[in-house]
Parts: sequence; structure tokens; C-alpha cells
Amino acid sequence: MKKIISLLIFSLFTLVISAQDVTMADTMRSEGKINVVIAVMLTILLGIVLYLIRLERKISKLEKNN
Amino acid sequence: MYKKWWKILSVVLLVYTFVAGLLINVPRQPQLQETIRNLFFHVCMWFGMMILFTVSVIQSVKYLRTNNLKHDIAARHYAVVGILFGLLGYATGSIWMSYTWIDSNKTLFNSFGSIAREPKLIGAAIALLVYAAYLVLRDSIPDMDKKARISSVYNIFAYAMLFPSIWIIPRILPSLHPGGSEGNPALNFKDASMNMRLVFYPAIVGWTLLGVWIVTLKIRLSILQEKKLSQ
Repeated sequence: MKKIISLLIFSLFTLVISAQDVTMADTMRSEGKINVVIAVMLTILLGIVLYLIRLERKISKLEKNN
Repeated sequence: MYKKWWKILSVVLLVYTFVAGLLINVPRQPQLQETIRNLFFHVCMWFGMMILFTVSVIQSVKYLRTNNLKHDIAARHYAVVGILFGLLGYATGSIWMSYTWIDSNKTLFNSFGSIAREPKLIGAAIALLVYAAYLVLRDSIPDMDKKARISSVYNIFAYAMLFPSIWIIPRILPSLHPGGSEGNPALNFKDASMNMRLVFYPAIVGWTLLGVWIVTLKIRLSILQEKKLSQ
């Protein structure tokens, strides 16, 4: 029983340690630079959406003319 | 088809995906690290592809039942945008795997050898090629009714090929790609954390609706073209 409990505790510890070991973009987030990435991605999305809206308007015009 | 609300919904969901997808707390996984956020982009491409292919086969069956050529045109464009999503899924996947699957102890060439043997990649390639053949077949027949009927029947076969090539065989074979024998890689509740699912499901809807938007534009253009040809 003791062995099992100690094993469990040990595995829990290694879990915690390994979770801390994993490198994530923490510095990037704390410095706020991730916002730049979001801004870039949103710009691309906005561009695509505006393009689609323009295309849709053109097609609607064509449909009216027919 | 001309209603606006779902287009707005699509854009809102995509904006939410981009903002929340990068800002939420994600589980800390060794090897995957921050790339786990690709779930909201790469995996959604494949989801969108499957949904669009499903709509495509429904349109084909509708054509066979009603002989209305509009359904056949719709089926073609749903399949085209489905293939586009599949190709984007492939491209994003190849970027993702080159950072997470490459074995640093081996040469790049040997590492690639094991990656190229991935059953999921091969299965998806087969599925996409089967759909590419659908386009070749459909666009090679000049007669309108013959084209529509033959390609609709083929489309049903192509959809049936998705089952073994994407949903069955890759899940039986061992693979580096997550989500094998445990079931669906994305819908498995044990895999994705609650946080991620809050972004993941809206992301699927957003990307799929964006695909449907493109499809409706293409359908309307095609119908205009057909009208001009028949005048």
C-alpha cells in the first residue's frame, strides 16, 4: 500500500515537473507581442471577407442585369 | 441562399477563433507545446472538407431524384471547395509535422521516410485523388445531362471511398498522428481540454460557413454562365 501511494505521489511530482519543463510562449505572451500575431491574422481574415463581399455584390449585379 | 445572418455568424466565429484561439490557456504538452493551437485551424480544415463533401453527395442524390441541373452544379462546387479545404489541411499539416514529427536523431531523409508512410496521409491523399477524378470526369463530358448523371453517380462512389480511406483504415493502423485506435481524433472527449473545445467547435462552424459562402458564390456564377450559354 505504501509503495503504491509513494509511486502515485512520485508520478504526480514528475507530472508537475514535466508540465513546468514544457516550453511555451510565455515570454511572448507576457510582453504582449502575441497581440501582433492576432492583428496580422485578423487583417488577413478581414481582407478575405471584404473580397468575398465585393465578389458577392458583383454577382448580384450580374444577376439583376440578366 | 441570399440570407445574410450566417455569413455574419461565420465572420464573428472566425474572429473569435483567431482571438480566443491564440489567447486561451492550453494544456502544456511536451513536443506539441504551443502548436496545439493548430487544432483550431488545421483540424477544422479537415472537418470542413468532410462536411462539404457530405453536402456534395446529398446534392448529387437530389439531382438523381429530381433531374434538376442546379443540384448537379451545387454538388460540383461543394466538392471543389471541399478539395480546397483538404489541400489546405494537407499544407498546414505538413508545416505542423515538420516541427513535431521530425526525429532530431535521424537525418531529415530517414525521418521523412517514416512520415511518408503515415496511413493518415496516404488515406487522405487517396480520398482527395478520388475527388480530383470526379472533377476530371465531370468536366470531360460535353453533354449536359449525361455529364450530370454520370458525375452524380461517381460522386456517390467517391463519398463511399471516404469511409475506408479516411475513417476506417487510418484508425486501424499504428500512426504518429493523434487519434487512432481511441476513436475520432477531434471529438474524443478525453483528448481535448474543456477550454479548447470552447474554441474548437465554434471554429469548425465558422470555417465551414466560410466555405459554404464561397460555394454559394461559385454556384451563382455557374448558373449565370449556364444562362448565358443557353441564350
